[in-house]
Amino acid sequence: MKQHKIVIIGGGPAGLAAALGAKAHGIDDVLILERDERLGGILNQCIHNGFGLHTFKEELTGPEYAQRYIDRVLAAGIPYQLRTTVAEITPNREILCVNAEEGAVTIKADAVILAMGCRERPRGALGLPGFRPAGVYTAGTAQRLMNIDGYMVGREAVILGSGDIGLIMARRMTLEGAKVRAVAELMPYSGGLKRNIVQCLDDFGIPLKLSHTVTKIHGKERVTGVTLSQVCADRKPIPGTEEYYSCDTLLLSCGLLPENELSKSASVELDPVTGGAVVSDRLETSVPGIFSCGNVLHVHDLVDNVSQEAARAGEKAAEFVKNGRSSGGTAIRLKGENGVRYTVPQILYADDMDEKLTVRLRVGDVFRNKALVVCYDGKEVKRLKKRIMAPGEMEEVTLQRDSLTDDVREIIIRVEG
Amino acid sequence: MEQYDVIVIGAGVIGCAAARYLSRMTNSILVLEKEEDVCSGTSKANSGIVHAGFDAEPGTLKAAMNAEGCKMMPQLSQTLGFQFRQNGSLVLCFDAAQMPELQKLYDRGIANGIPQLKILTGDEVRSMEPNVSGQVVAALYAPTAGIVCPFSMTVAFAENAAANGAEFAFLEAVQEICPQDGGFTVVTDKRTLKARAVVNAAGVYADVFHNMVSAEKIHITPRRGEYVLMDREVGDLVNCTVFQLPDKLGKGVLVTPTAHGNLLVGPNAQDLDDKDNTEITAAGMEDIKARALRSVPNVPYNKTITGFAGLRAHGDQGDFVLGEPKDCPSFFDAACIESPGLTSAPAIGAYLARQIADRLGLTERQDFQAEREGFTAIAKLPPEERAKRIAERPEYGNIVCRCENISEGEIMDAIRRSPGAKSLDGIKRRVRQGMGRCQAGFCTPKTMEILARELSVPMTAVTKNRPGSEMVRCDDETA
Amino acid sequence: MKQELTCIRCPMGCQLTVEISGDSVTVSGNTCPRGADYGKKEVTAPTRIVTSSVKVRGGELPLVSVKTASDIPKDKIFDVMAEIRRCYTDAPVYVGDILIADAAGTGCAIVATRNVERVNS
Repeated sequence: MKQHKIVIIGGGPAGLAAALGAKAHGIDDVLILERDERLGGILNQCIHNGFGLHTFKEELTGPEYAQRYIDRVLAAGIPYQLRTTVAEITPNREILCVNAEEGAVTIKADAVILAMGCRERPRGALGLPGFRPAGVYTAGTAQRLMNIDGYMVGREAVILGSGDIGLIMARRMTLEGAKVRAVAELMPYSGGLKRNIVQCLDDFGIPLKLSHTVTKIHGKERVTGVTLSQVCADRKPIPGTEEYYSCDTLLLSCGLLPENELSKSASVELDPVTGGAVVSDRLETSVPGIFSCGNVLHVHDLVDNVSQEAARAGEKAAEFVKNGRSSGGTAIRLKGENGVRYTVPQILYADDMDEKLTVRLRVGDVFRNKALVVCYDGKEVKRLKKRIMAPGEMEEVTLQRDSLTDDVREIIIRVEG
Repeated sequence: MEQYDVIVIGAGVIGCAAARYLSRMTNSILVLEKEEDVCSGTSKANSGIVHAGFDAEPGTLKAAMNAEGCKMMPQLSQTLGFQFRQNGSLVLCFDAAQMPELQKLYDRGIANGIPQLKILTGDEVRSMEPNVSGQVVAALYAPTAGIVCPFSMTVAFAENAAANGAEFAFLEAVQEICPQDGGFTVVTDKRTLKARAVVNAAGVYADVFHNMVSAEKIHITPRRGEYVLMDREVGDLVNCTVFQLPDKLGKGVLVTPTAHGNLLVGPNAQDLDDKDNTEITAAGMEDIKARALRSVPNVPYNKTITGFAGLRAHGDQGDFVLGEPKDCPSFFDAACIESPGLTSAPAIGAYLARQIADRLGLTERQDFQAEREGFTAIAKLPPEERAKRIAERPEYGNIVCRCENISEGEIMDAIRRSPGAKSLDGIKRRVRQGMGRCQAGFCTPKTMEILARELSVPMTAVTKNRPGSEMVRCDDETA
Repeated sequence: MKQELTCIRCPMGCQLTVEISGDSVTVSGNTCPRGADYGKKEVTAPTRIVTSSVKVRGGELPLVSVKTASDIPKDKIFDVMAEIRRCYTDAPVYVGDILIADAAGTGCAIVATRNVERVNS
């Protein structure tokens, strides 16, 4: 059995930043396992700009952002294995990985950092009625085919879901000469960033049809069209509102799901709301020595936040390896309530926490002129006014260690206003 | 003009089973299929159930073939290497007033010669299946019932037939059949062929071919059934296949694990005119989902990975139509094959092969190869064995489908065998690439690349299934 | 004249109101100076960064991703795209390599945004 101090599962933005974080905090024996043919993860296919404003103070494209981290990892001499798929992780951190050169190899790690990213919700999970022809793609699959492999997925498209990848693909297909007939969104608001609605739809006159969904896919071999219907408040289609759109492609951008099958094999406790692990302020999961960061922990909007979070996971994993122990002391539970769907982390150990802790959260609806209120055991300690909050945009709240007294047991963050 | 002992119309499970059993007697067999692959019609979208055999009226062909097929399945799945598990079935009774109906099923089963049937109390059912509804008062338990992978069974028959010399022609539709000199001239959209005998295994189209040669007309109604398939994560919600006793609320739907460990709910039954209408409908899905909750109140629909619909070939007269019409010797029907058609497939294949052998005077071949090795799921091997296989063939170490853990090597196997996969669906049905929770989101581009490479075609020619289902467009066409 | 805009300079997405009267342009609703800049520019001379990809010969990948080195006038987007679509390059290509010096007369270069190594096949 091979042995390494820290093994990182995934060589995307989270894995790269975690590796650098671990190395910077004194652990040299770090190994990145990546299933694809290159490092960088999904950033490689995100050729649009808008990455890195916070980290590098300039707007980069996805591949450029990835390359900067890859260059740092190479410069730091951190080893990595490509085309290597992890098949299983045990709770005592034995990693079974598979590749063509070595076959099936088990690696024992002192600490593991989960950085596997997320996947897209497929057509089947959405229960879209109609035929099952070719031409129905998740937006990310279409993005990969266009931006990495160089193939057009179609000439005329309708996009369901106004998540960022869907919006980005609307522009991408338009620029490549395809006609994007509409973007339909089930909810009464978009799930994407505003800048993407402006630059990807408004710029090209692509209609965004809020409170609409696909009620039929037409075409037996290849998509020939879709029927869109308006939905009412309970998201059920309203009869009589059907509109037919001729197209050869239906792209789906209907949500991302953290990909935690390996975490499950390691018996890591998952949060039913995020779909990712339940973690402490040190980004440690319920299994000692297994850490989680990036989109496998919870789906982020900005890669800058992923990198920052992952660097901390690397740092904390390094501390775990050096100290040989997890956080101690009394656990304080963090919870979202009244409009706050979740918080990450979900657990805080005041004795071991950093001076300042960034708690990330998402709200469940669009809120205007409200406030995020932090309560320690029911007592309000912080109130942040917000002009606008939306489910598509992650919020954050900073907690100070000094503000926590020994008796605090529960921290609740809620929307008030 | 090419001549065969037997031409089989249709490469579904029945046509492939017939070809397989016929190949014991002759290697002069041609299977004609209008789609690009085997298992492309009714065989690809059904419940995947091996029925114990208490449903059909005693004395019918359905009763006989069902009982025989069910009996053959355990051994056959070993011989031919397809996925089968004898998980048993339950027919749930929700109302004490319905007990006579349950008893009637039991009695019918006894008359059909079905072994080990037993009527259980509601509590006995729940101790076996804790997730079954508290409303259940009794159930008919049939331990010999099972679940089978319909794709792998069909492919197994086809590969074994091919290994014994049967030929397969795809994307070739039969247009005319003319009795001639005691045999037949078969005209397809590509050529004219001669055969001493014809097997009509054309699924929902079998009435069309039967009616070409016989004055005793039959009529098939395509009866659509919709299904919801859930993640393997929740495949152990029930162990048995759970049916509902038909009552005033309808025929009922089943809840079952599949042979691959997913959870399946369905089907409903809608009679259609269109023989190709495999659309799924919002109303239909809602309906089956609601009805399944009656059996198992906690079906986790949030774990749904896909929905699909299949067409059953429902004949007006109710029973299977098997063998020669009175007025057309050497033409062998396998028509109106609805449930329990999948269970019956090996029995029907063997039955027709015997009849055809008698008619044509064929005898057992000495060189018949009865066994076929199934696809090896490399990820399911113990690590040492897996490493050994990867050392022999490095592509077994390149995982392409991360949800089902399918390697490039297994995808290459699916393409290189005969008859091999020619499309994404063909690969999916053979080795389960893309069958998992992401529904081929990640592995589609890589699988397309492997298909293009192995078949020596451009990426723009790679299809989901039949021609017209190309996945990507040629860039220059858009410019 | 009054125009409502969503600022896209950062993920905040401030709702801007831009008023033009004669030569003066006033922006309100912004929460930082970049918002005021964006509002003014968007109504007077809107520009965009264009990202796409260029075909590569002899590379480990068939495409190299590219972008305009700076933002270009919005109404030139499709002219620039047409030129990008006609362009070919040879591997190796590295981040920052100039593939088109002046795209569609905008004075703006098209630069590579990833590395594509050469492969011998």
